[in-house]
Amino acid sequence: MTEGATSHPLKKAKHQRLALVVVAVVALVAAALIATWALRNQASFFYVPSEIVSDPPPAGQAVRLGGMVETGSLVTKPDGVTIDFVVGDGDARVPVEYKGIVPDLFQEGSGVVAEGRMLANGTFRADTLLAKHDENYIPRELQDMTAAQKQAAIEETTK
Amino acid sequence: MIAELGLAALWLAAALAVLQLVFGTIFTFKSAEKAEFSQIVRPAAAMQGVLCALSFLILTWLFARTDLSVKLVAMNSHSMKPMIFKIAGTWGNHEGSMLLWVTVMAMAGALIALIERRLPERTMMATLAAQAFVGLGFYAFLLFSSNPFERLDPPALEGMGLNPLLQDIGLAFHPPTLYFGYVGLSVAFSFAVGALLTRQVTPDFARAMRPWVLGAWIFLTVGITAGSYWAYYELGWGGWWFWDPVENASLMPWLAATALLHSVSVLAARDALRAWTIMLGVVAFSMSMVGTFLVRSGILTSVHAFAVDPERGSFLLALLAIYIGGALLVFAVRAGSVTEGERFSLVSREGALVVNNVMLSAILGVVLLGTLYPLLTEAFDVRVSVGPPYFNPVSAIFALPMLLVMAVGPLLRWRHDNAKRIRPELILIAVLGLVTLAGVVAFAGIAVLPTLGIALAVVVIVASVMPLRGRKLRLLPLATWGMVIAHLGIGVSLLGMASETAFTQEKLAAVKVGDTTQVGPWTIKLDRIDPVAGPNWTALEGVLEASYRGGKPVIIDPQSRNFWSPPQETNESALITRWNGQLYAVLGREAGEGRWQLRLWWKPLVTLIWIGGMMVALGGALALIGRVYTDLRRRRVMRKAVERRSEASA
Repeated sequence: MTEGATSHPLKKAKHQRLALVVVAVVALVAAALIATWALRNQASFFYVPSEIVSDPPPAGQAVRLGGMVETGSLVTKPDGVTIDFVVGDGDARVPVEYKGIVPDLFQEGSGVVAEGRMLANGTFRADTLLAKHDENYIPRELQDMTAAQKQAAIEETTK
Repeated sequence: MIAELGLAALWLAAALAVLQLVFGTIFTFKSAEKAEFSQIVRPAAAMQGVLCALSFLILTWLFARTDLSVKLVAMNSHSMKPMIFKIAGTWGNHEGSMLLWVTVMAMAGALIALIERRLPERTMMATLAAQAFVGLGFYAFLLFSSNPFERLDPPALEGMGLNPLLQDIGLAFHPPTLYFGYVGLSVAFSFAVGALLTRQVTPDFARAMRPWVLGAWIFLTVGITAGSYWAYYELGWGGWWFWDPVENASLMPWLAATALLHSVSVLAARDALRAWTIMLGVVAFSMSMVGTFLVRSGILTSVHAFAVDPERGSFLLALLAIYIGGALLVFAVRAGSVTEGERFSLVSREGALVVNNVMLSAILGVVLLGTLYPLLTEAFDVRVSVGPPYFNPVSAIFALPMLLVMAVGPLLRWRHDNAKRIRPELILIAVLGLVTLAGVVAFAGIAVLPTLGIALAVVVIVASVMPLRGRKLRLLPLATWGMVIAHLGIGVSLLGMASETAFTQEKLAAVKVGDTTQVGPWTIKLDRIDPVAGPNWTALEGVLEASYRGGKPVIIDPQSRNFWSPPQETNESALITRWNGQLYAVLGREAGEGRWQLRLWWKPLVTLIWIGGMMVALGGALALIGRVYTDLRRRRVMRKAVERRSEASA
């Protein structure tokens, strides 16, 4: 390698180091901006039935619905894999439909968190159901419901 | 009596950590006057390892014998449990897992105290003092708020069992694997603090730190891969990554460790990236602390959160603040005096590594923000959850260019290179990528991300073996083989992910006994439903005859299990693995009229995800073996040289 070839890149190196720093800063700032923007659009909000009724989310937007599966509301459709049930929080009731295998411990009178979206007809279509994992566990969102709801939840989980 | 012995050992170990911290610190700052202090620090570190190991063995013994006079055992074990799960139960709970953490950490400290002789004594002492400082936080946490040896008076008549979801052989060894990773990063952190305090950020320091980073990274890789497979077959949801906060808690340290691993290699080989490596050392350990905090504080409820106890959460948060805040403070004060390392130009291997370090950091930031966002909004009484619609596209924005640079980087030379030199390779890579892209767009018509994923996977797979071209394979260093295999593993894993996302076929049906249903190329007949029983559960077992494209039927038997202590129902999925994918079957409930719910998936190439993950870990292991072997040989040569010189002078 010639003299010129070795000294040239080193002189350039200082600028290129600056370039690296700029690349780093730009990438990290971009990451922060994109992330905040995406979070605002993609985070799915949690609703209890009374909120769905009083201030419904736009149809089609991904949300989570939490409450108690009303006793006597669970119906299996003729295809054997689609179910309808009603989620309530003591004040309001929301009809839910779900196609799939229900999670362990999903049952009437038990707490559930449904991930999905509201349909235009006021039914909630669930993509995923989350039930309590074991007898000590209530889905996080159900932890601070009103006293009456909590009482119901506690009765249900301790019996 | 034996439980008290375990507790005493733990207290003694904590006392030794105080000794190690005090004497190590004094030596660091007054090494001239207090030279003899260094004689105390190494034995103190070694003894701590022994005492913690003793303490942990005692707890294991208590679990193995189901000693119900110990509260922890009574709360988490059961005399009817199979022995392997009794032993695994030792760390399958909050207190036990923290004791495991402390034990591994103390043993790591003992190991560096006993074998690490490369670094200047002052740096070593500062490192061991930092290690003791980190350790003390965890000793305090254990002894004051999570004592694993607490007695129960009167003793319980029977244990309360273990969450049946956790009674799984894979899961029994999953948390320890991640802990080894976290602890490895804590050692790297101690080295970073030691080097920073004594301003000895040298290639020697990088060589001393590297095996710990590599080791931690291997464990994290294995832990994440195994955890993903566990979630896949155990949860019965058919997914392999849910962006669950607990998964993220293991992913974030991995991202930071990956960046650190590469920058420490640059420091060792080229003496560049000094401050950056130190910074990453701090970040990587911070991420394992954040992970521990998220998982262990109970701030997030999930299967993994044993402790829903605000006191513990605050304790861990305080530790987190002290470590990270302290380290950042030292960094801010000292980083200015870390002199600039060797220079390099943008088009060079260092340049590519820096770009990817930045990309990894960006992905880390994206994941961290998404994981913490629900906690932040909850402070304002807004409850949200953040899932794949955020994580997938936003992390892909940075992952895709990163993978491209990863394909090209190893082809570049150190320090300064010219893109013209590797033009044939670049053209080959570009053509290959574009042809695959065009092919997938034309024939498959799938979503954007999996399309790009498949094209990029092909590029990465081909490019990762290119560094082997024109080299004598038998003379190639192990570390280079490690790099090639790890990068290849990333490509393989990516191909699996993209293929699973794009081509999975799902069937959900209620099937009568004797009837058949179809999913993808499979025909599945529900043969019968059998009742079966295990040691602590009963189950309904669906016996399915599955035939691939009309071939010979294979029997699979998904179960719906009922555990009785504690009472709980789980779905045991059943899988058929072929070279080109997996059939995944879950048995649901009875659906009336003699029908049973079946959920079936055909997932082409899905196994590549975990095969790739294991290849990445294998690559890491080869690199680690190669590096340690080279170091040992160098040490032997140095010793011989010293001996010869002293003989000559005598």
